[in-house]
Amino acid sequence: MTLRLAVVGAGAVGRSVVELAPEYGHVVTAVADSRSSAVDPGGLDAEAVFGRKEREGVVGSGDPDDALAAEYDVLIEATPTTLGDAEPGFSHVRAALERDRHVVLANKGPVAERYADLMALEAESAGTVQFEAAVGGAIPILSTIADFGPTQITAARGVLNGTANFILSRMAAEGLGYEHVLAEAQDLGVAEADPAFDVEGTDAALKFVILANVLSDGEQVYSLADAEVDGIRSIPASALDLAAEDGRTVRLIGEATADGVRVGPRLVPQHDALAVTGTRNIVQFDTVHAGQLHLSGRGAGGPETATAILSDVSRLE
Amino acid sequence: MSDEAAPTPESDADVVVSDPETDGGERPQTHTIRLELVDKPGELLSALRPIAENGGNLLSIFHERGNLTPRGHIPVEVDVECPPDRFETIVDALRDEGVNVIQAGAERYGEQLTLLLVGDIVDTDLSDTLRRIESSTDATLADLSLSAPEGRGGASSARLRLATRTGRTDEVFAHVRDIADEKELNLIEPLVEVAE
Repeated sequence: MTLRLAVVGAGAVGRSVVELAPEYGHVVTAVADSRSSAVDPGGLDAEAVFGRKEREGVVGSGDPDDALAAEYDVLIEATPTTLGDAEPGFSHVRAALERDRHVVLANKGPVAERYADLMALEAESAGTVQFEAAVGGAIPILSTIADFGPTQITAARGVLNGTANFILSRMAAEGLGYEHVLAEAQDLGVAEADPAFDVEGTDAALKFVILANVLSDGEQVYSLADAEVDGIRSIPASALDLAAEDGRTVRLIGEATADGVRVGPRLVPQHDALAVTGTRNIVQFDTVHAGQLHLSGRGAGGPETATAILSDVSRLE
Repeated sequence: MSDEAAPTPESDADVVVSDPETDGGERPQTHTIRLELVDKPGELLSALRPIAENGGNLLSIFHERGNLTPRGHIPVEVDVECPPDRFETIVDALRDEGVNVIQAGAERYGEQLTLLLVGDIVDTDLSDTLRRIESSTDATLADLSLSAPEGRGGASSARLRLATRTGRTDEVFAHVRDIADEKELNLIEPLVEVAE
């Protein structure tokens, strides 16, 4: 079935969704960035929309809110993650649900910071909310939890921030200091100019907060304020050397367990499943009857995240 | 093999389940207990009494009189024969007497935790840090490596291996965390994947 998609947020993820939607048999009827929108009930052309954005800095001539008012079946919320009230993402989601439309989020803010509000809106709406893309990019983490059933999984832990993992694994492999590797990561586009969100553990914490919300299955609601978060900035090369001497390494590990949410640098055996290298992500589930389960893959990137979004869209058909 | 609380391999669990228990109870087994004694008269005798009183058969004592631990204690290794279900009682009795049990029956009691401390380790008095970790928990320092490539002033790292009893790791970490917080050191804990 062809679904009509309205894509809010025209960064790498939003753009990839618009580009890949035809391959999945869907049509994009609206695209908005923070300043403009393009709306066409007959379907937008990715090249035309993003060509204009590159040339003129806008996706179209409309007001951003026009996209929310357009004809669509599914709203794709791919604006940057914001903390606290999770705006403007949360209002976008509200607008769609109040119109009984489905919502697929890549934005972590509304799911991590306002999970109870989000679930309440969904309960009142004929639309449903999906957010696979908010946790671990292309890796089917939330759909695996849905398949197993949240009560069948007792804990989730792992590496869900590629930037921090890249920095730690490069520091360990090359014996280089944090600042040196960070600069290298920035040159490669693996780290942002302001890397705080990644290296202070916030991004990973938001993902584990979302996992905790999903795993708790309504028993308890978590937000970032409930998480114990520690970053990697203060780790010297000497710490990784000492770890390596003992067959270990350090990774920024998140945990969503019955004890709550915790993210911080942890010692893990060098050959542990969780000691992935580079920007790779991994999540490990403890299951009630089936031991441990590991899911690993690319946790970020435009096409990778768009893949998760379009899988979510397919579940709505 | 990691020296953290590794999950019990399934095969081991199967062996335990399939091992029949006889009416006479389980057969005595030999256990090795490593102690550290303060160097003063009568210490060895008072350390051995709880073993005999709790049904342990003393097989051998290896007493390294001239070899002191970094803390100035005398390491003693004791081989004891007893039924497995008595072993825990003996170790508890030793600890109740104030005997410093470093390791008891390597597998079940010798839980070792490796952690890193990062920060201004030297100038925040490393010996005091270590002393307080040992005095506030029943953990003992089994190994220490220090790396301070930038000298005293810069960020340095220490790797500590602590020997502790099974089931006490949370308690040990809570204390170490407090001490690290107070000295503004960063603690990098091992990931212990087995739920308590």
